[in-house]
Amino acid sequence: MFEQAIFYIFAAMLIFSAAMVITVRNPVHAALFLVLSFFTSAGLWLLLEAEFLAIALVLVYVGAVMVLFLFVVMMLDINIAELREGFARYFPIAALVAIVMMYSLGTIVGPENFGLDQVAAAQGHAADYNNTHELGMALFTRYIWPFEIAAVILLVAIIAAIALTLRATRQTKAPNVDHQIAVRREDRVRLIKVDSEPLD
Amino acid sequence: MTELQAVLPEAILTGLACLTLMVDVFRRPGAVALTFWSAVLSVLVVLIAVATLFPPGMTTYFHGTFVLDPMAAVLKTFLLVVVLFSFFYARDYLQRHGEDQSVFFILALFATLGMMVLISAHSLLTIYLGLELLSLSLYAMVAMDRDSKAASEAAMKYFVLGALASGMLLYGMSMLYGVSGTLDLSELAQRTSGAEANLLFTFGLVFVLIGIAFKLGVAPFHMWVPDVYEGAPTPVTLFLGSAPKLAAFAMAIRVLADGLGGLHESWQDMLILLAVLSMAIGNIVAIAQTNIKRMLAYSTISHMGFLLLGIIAANAIGYAASMFYVIVYAITSMGAFAAIILLSSAGHESDQLSDFTGLAKRSPWMAFIMLVLMFSLAGVPPFAGFWAKWFVLKELVGAGEAWLAAVAVFFSLIGAYYYLRVIKLMYFDEPTGALPALTGSEDARLVFSVNGLAVLVLGFLPGTLMSVCLGAMLVGTG
Repeated sequence: MFEQAIFYIFAAMLIFSAAMVITVRNPVHAALFLVLSFFTSAGLWLLLEAEFLAIALVLVYVGAVMVLFLFVVMMLDINIAELREGFARYFPIAALVAIVMMYSLGTIVGPENFGLDQVAAAQGHAADYNNTHELGMALFTRYIWPFEIAAVILLVAIIAAIALTLRATRQTKAPNVDHQIAVRREDRVRLIKVDSEPLD
Repeated sequence: MTELQAVLPEAILTGLACLTLMVDVFRRPGAVALTFWSAVLSVLVVLIAVATLFPPGMTTYFHGTFVLDPMAAVLKTFLLVVVLFSFFYARDYLQRHGEDQSVFFILALFATLGMMVLISAHSLLTIYLGLELLSLSLYAMVAMDRDSKAASEAAMKYFVLGALASGMLLYGMSMLYGVSGTLDLSELAQRTSGAEANLLFTFGLVFVLIGIAFKLGVAPFHMWVPDVYEGAPTPVTLFLGSAPKLAAFAMAIRVLADGLGGLHESWQDMLILLAVLSMAIGNIVAIAQTNIKRMLAYSTISHMGFLLLGIIAANAIGYAASMFYVIVYAITSMGAFAAIILLSSAGHESDQLSDFTGLAKRSPWMAFIMLVLMFSLAGVPPFAGFWAKWFVLKELVGAGEAWLAAVAVFFSLIGAYYYLRVIKLMYFDEPTGALPALTGSEDARLVFSVNGLAVLVLGFLPGTLMSVCLGAMLVGTG
């Protein structure tokens, strides 16, 4: 009963904040609402005893990704009125699609297919059960092959990001450290003999 | 075979790709040849590893996430050959256009790794990861030419739509996992066979199928294909239009036949819709194109529709016919894009149909090879493309879908028009104005000749390749 109450509170907050993300006018507010929705979904995952994922979500998304995102949003001068152009025009179609999707999802993921009589409730674990430990065990035994492939995907992401942003031709004004160190006194300092004139 | 032996080709490729990356980072500026030869050697070594580890039957490794069967080995062999050819073409293009973009070879090596993972995937998880590894490399390759507006637009479109398709695929997979409680394809096949199959599986299937359809580029999920093919640099288009089709075919077979074989009555109807739409849109819209890259893009759409016909038959012989089709298509379309590369010169892409006008007078041999490729794509006997279509249609009629075969023949006839138009331009039209002299390097011309002759030889000896495909499929899917 208590768990259900918690679930409904978090779920309501999640839906509210998700709706606010796409409706508020200020992009900074939208980003902050996204942070709130991450927090609430982390709460839902805690209820499912997936504490490692919940913590990872807060640490990675809220702690790293969203902070970076906020910086970007604040630095860019986004014209919100321009972005909203056509909102009213496309709204009816979008609403129709959303309603159809919600209906079909409701019939599929509803209690008649995923109710407690269809899928047994998960057994709770003892207090000393370590989620992180189990995840680590699964990742490095059963899922070692997919795990390694995921590592290669990250490598490709790094290569792609560097390849697309690094310019071989130097357009930057950054100083070349090698050149600076290798410089000799003769290159920079020029002694000029100035004829001394007697002071009057 | 131990687990580590089974993934030896993939492991070697990962190591050599990283080595090539290091070679590329530390090479002198302008020495693209070093990266190129390193990449070529990597592919050759992996090719030898795949050939020596040819499996007699189907075995799964790594807790069922990796499978090694004859189908995987055959597809990987052809994949590596196609990649090898595309490297020679790409080098020719990069040399001629004076571009120092050797990152092409590195990303292509990683894309190849992704395709190999995808071909050998036996779990929904590895299918998704292999696909992402492939797609991520391809997005970056399309965007490689940063000064080109068309390439940036193509990359953006490809990336956004690709991410959407991946989302669809993942959503479908999560549904399948939610119902069956397993990611393993063999276990999934057990759960979906018989009376247990229900609405939930069908729902998951629809989303997974949308993901596959997008990656194959069949209508109505084909919108990205013409823009990406046209906007990307030609060697990237060549790579994108040949090798990944083999992997996408493997993905379709793994998911639909190996995993969801029990639901074939549901997916057959969906595939019929996709196939007919693709053949109609691909063949009819291609007629209106003046850009040959765009024309070949629409031709891809129609060919992928045709490819689905073999899968619709839902038996091992039908799958083998499709496999024959996709192998022949990959080799032929690679040659067609290579012709564009060979015709281009510094500052001139030569991707318009008019660039092919009077080619027979400028270079009779190149025109002849292009003639072979176009005839093969159109499905004129005795070229390889004819046999590919023939085997698929035979299976389709055998499966009692004669009307579908008739529709396929009808659209192929419409399609023949725009392939034959290229031949008419090359042989019967006089070039207008002065066209730049052909400057293709010797090795690229040699590879192009081998490519064209391969299509010719496959046309005269279709039985050999077909028996290889049949052998692979009869062991794999039983």
